[in-house]
Amino acid sequence: MIEFFFFLFAAMAVLSAIFMVTQVNPVASVLYLVVTFFSLSGLFVILDAHFIAAVQIIVYAGAIMVLFLFVIMLLNLGSTQPSDLRRGLGRVLAGSVAVALVAIFARLLMAGGDVEGLGGSSALDPLLESSGAVAAVAEPLFTRYLVAFEITSILLVVAIVGAVVLARRRAP
Amino acid sequence: MSEGYLVDLALVLSAVLFAIGVGGVLLRRNAIIVFMCVELMLNAVNLSFVAFSRVHGIDGQIVVFFVISVAAAESAVGLALILAIFRHYESVDLELFRRLRW
Repeated sequence: MIEFFFFLFAAMAVLSAIFMVTQVNPVASVLYLVVTFFSLSGLFVILDAHFIAAVQIIVYAGAIMVLFLFVIMLLNLGSTQPSDLRRGLGRVLAGSVAVALVAIFARLLMAGGDVEGLGGSSALDPLLESSGAVAAVAEPLFTRYLVAFEITSILLVVAIVGAVVLARRRAP
Repeated sequence: MSEGYLVDLALVLSAVLFAIGVGGVLLRRNAIIVFMCVELMLNAVNLSFVAFSRVHGIDGQIVVFFVISVAAAESAVGLALILAIFRHYESVDLELFRRLRW
């Protein structure tokens, strides 16, 4: 049963990612990327990362993709645009680099052996059972990773100010 | 089937998604779609972090949390840059942005 859903979400993710890359209309591209993010979030649930799955939908599918869609519509890059896919050599280069990357990763995975020798169940099961999906992430986040967490908040403030300054219309 | 099997499959899927993202960056000339392909690559890496966190403990999921917040900051600044460049060139075609190229 779990395998069925895993393969369903995996196929959805790969297919919509390919459509995202090959679709000429940017709005369709964004919508396919949203489908990819939703299926990735389903995969996160299968892999015991429930909190990350929720954050994935709220932040990626909800906020970031709306931002992309907003910019595309603001710049009026609709279906009337000419195709921006590279032709000839560029297309061959893109395809061969992608295939070569998959081959390299496949070789590395083969060489690394499988990770099945770990007793068969997830290492997270006892933790998730004792403290729940949110507390399991929150507890180390606010203790061991507190400094990184605070620096992230500074980074977000810098990003907000930077975005406002960059996108502001200059006085003529 | 055992749990390690799912982790292996997730790593393969992550590799495939990452390769699609790289191919998209090389294939497209629309700056916004190139940017979306970068987001796809970040997500592929997130998937492998989540898969590894199943084997090695919760820390992988915390790294994913940081990656997501950095990606949000990055996309805000990046889209602001694209907006500013669009005002100058009236286009988002990467071929036109040649001022810093040789």
